[in-house]
Amino acid sequence: MTAQQIIFIVVAAFTLVSALRVATARNIVHAAFWLVAALFGVAAVYALLNANFIAVVQVVVYIGAIAILFIFAVMLTRRDMRDASPQLNRNWPLGAIVAALTAAGLIALLRGWDGFTRSAADLPADFGATSVNLLGEALVSPEAYVLPFEVASVLLLAALVGAVFVAFNKKLGGGK
Amino acid sequence: MNFWNDPLKVAADWLEGIFTGWGMDAVAAHVLTVFLGVFLMIVILMVVDVFLVWIERKVVARFQDRLGPNRVGPFGLFHPFADIVKLIIKEDTTPGDADKPVYNIAPILSMMSVLILWAVVPLAPVMLGTDLNVGVLFIIAAGAIGALSIIMAGWGSNNKFALIGGFRQVAVMISFEIPMLTMLMIPVVFAQSMNMNAIIQGQSVWYVVLSPLGALIFLTAAIAELGRAPFDLAEGESELVSGYNIEYSGMKFGMFYAGELLHAFTFGGFWAILFFGGYRFFGLEQVSPIFAVLILLVKALVGYWVIMWVKYTMMRIRIDQMLSFNWKFLTPLAFALLLVTALMNALLSSAPVWLYALGMFLANIVTAWVALEIARSATKQERERAEGPQKTAEARH
Repeated sequence: MTAQQIIFIVVAAFTLVSALRVATARNIVHAAFWLVAALFGVAAVYALLNANFIAVVQVVVYIGAIAILFIFAVMLTRRDMRDASPQLNRNWPLGAIVAALTAAGLIALLRGWDGFTRSAADLPADFGATSVNLLGEALVSPEAYVLPFEVASVLLLAALVGAVFVAFNKKLGGGK
Repeated sequence: MNFWNDPLKVAADWLEGIFTGWGMDAVAAHVLTVFLGVFLMIVILMVVDVFLVWIERKVVARFQDRLGPNRVGPFGLFHPFADIVKLIIKEDTTPGDADKPVYNIAPILSMMSVLILWAVVPLAPVMLGTDLNVGVLFIIAAGAIGALSIIMAGWGSNNKFALIGGFRQVAVMISFEIPMLTMLMIPVVFAQSMNMNAIIQGQSVWYVVLSPLGALIFLTAAIAELGRAPFDLAEGESELVSGYNIEYSGMKFGMFYAGELLHAFTFGGFWAILFFGGYRFFGLEQVSPIFAVLILLVKALVGYWVIMWVKYTMMRIRIDQMLSFNWKFLTPLAFALLLVTALMNALLSSAPVWLYALGMFLANIVTAWVALEIARSATKQERERAEGPQKTAEARH
């Protein structure tokens, strides 16, 4: 086993354990912190794959913004943050069926894929220096991802406007 | 390749030679050498941190017309060591009902979020931790870990003042991250790269000349990110006692305190790297990397001094004022400045250097002037609206 494989196994095990603890932690704030740990693990996997930009953006966006907002929302909305609420609700059999079907579908899809045994092509030598440029060009190139990129931007803008509209207090003239 | 031109590589090669001489595997020797290098860097930073405590106390004493520490050692230079002994022998208290793992991890994460920043700092053209192609974004990622440590400290302490302090600090950090990230893009536009070393190499004209407004907004956002006055509401002694670190004692508090000082010094360094040419100083950095490190250190200390200067001359502002200052003034201004800079960069791309610099400088001045005019008329309207009912009430009397 190479050093890289050992690091990958450690990181992957850490990510999986953290992800499991997100679902099993009794305390909801602890679940949020475990989610942060799982997201860190995913960022480390990206870093192992030489995807520096994605790894850093994963930390900035998911930990720096989304996880922090989760923690805020949990802390601001629950009356007693230490209470251990039931972890299952009435819909759990339905949820279990959907999860099992999804897993079965994924396994059926991946059974025919030879990516598990085939080793990937080597990265070009100047990948470290040019990967960000390549990504940037791909995001604005009409042949590549300009349409999904713009659609996602418009969706986020709509969400932003919606959030402002929901938060806007007409009676008090904008929360003043 | 001799010691004078690349001391780090020579030392690393020498060490690796010793390890392989002991019969160690070449790969293992390399990994061990890199690990020792990282360890040495952290040790040096912690020692620098000890003296930063002395510098901070001396400088604040001068600002407040006092002498500062002057008893232990020459000029009180060994005072921080007495502080360390005091912090270590203090009782390590944990509040009742505290969330223990979270409470104990928070100071470590806080220190870590600062130390990790030095992985991308280019001390000299050949002396840098990692030549990351997204070095600029790395600063923001480390800031995210810092915000996390503060919310963990606030939550884990089981103390309402700590929690309010933590909330405030995180609100400040995630708001000021936006103008900061936008301002980080300005050196990126100039240098056409997010690599720290490339940004320094591109500064034959310091970027502060090309974008004085950008440097100013970056400094403002950095001070807010650090949680220093005038943005130190998270500590807010008069209302929150000490904010998120209120329940910590001994070396755990020491970690937060030392982390804050090193953070300020580090951002002084980033200010120097992004806008003041980093290790460049009239070609002196070409002579030897040793000079380059010293130049960067001096520039970082000057940046740190400016941050201290602001801290000890300004009063704390209210949280609503601070957030509206960020969202209604700083963020739109940062976006506008980035648009103007990118546009000017495209227009002047083929112009000679002096014309490019002049055009950028004037564009910055005009942007700042327009922003200040808009802000002035907006505040005037606000004041009239606020004073309106009062005046009519006075008229009725």
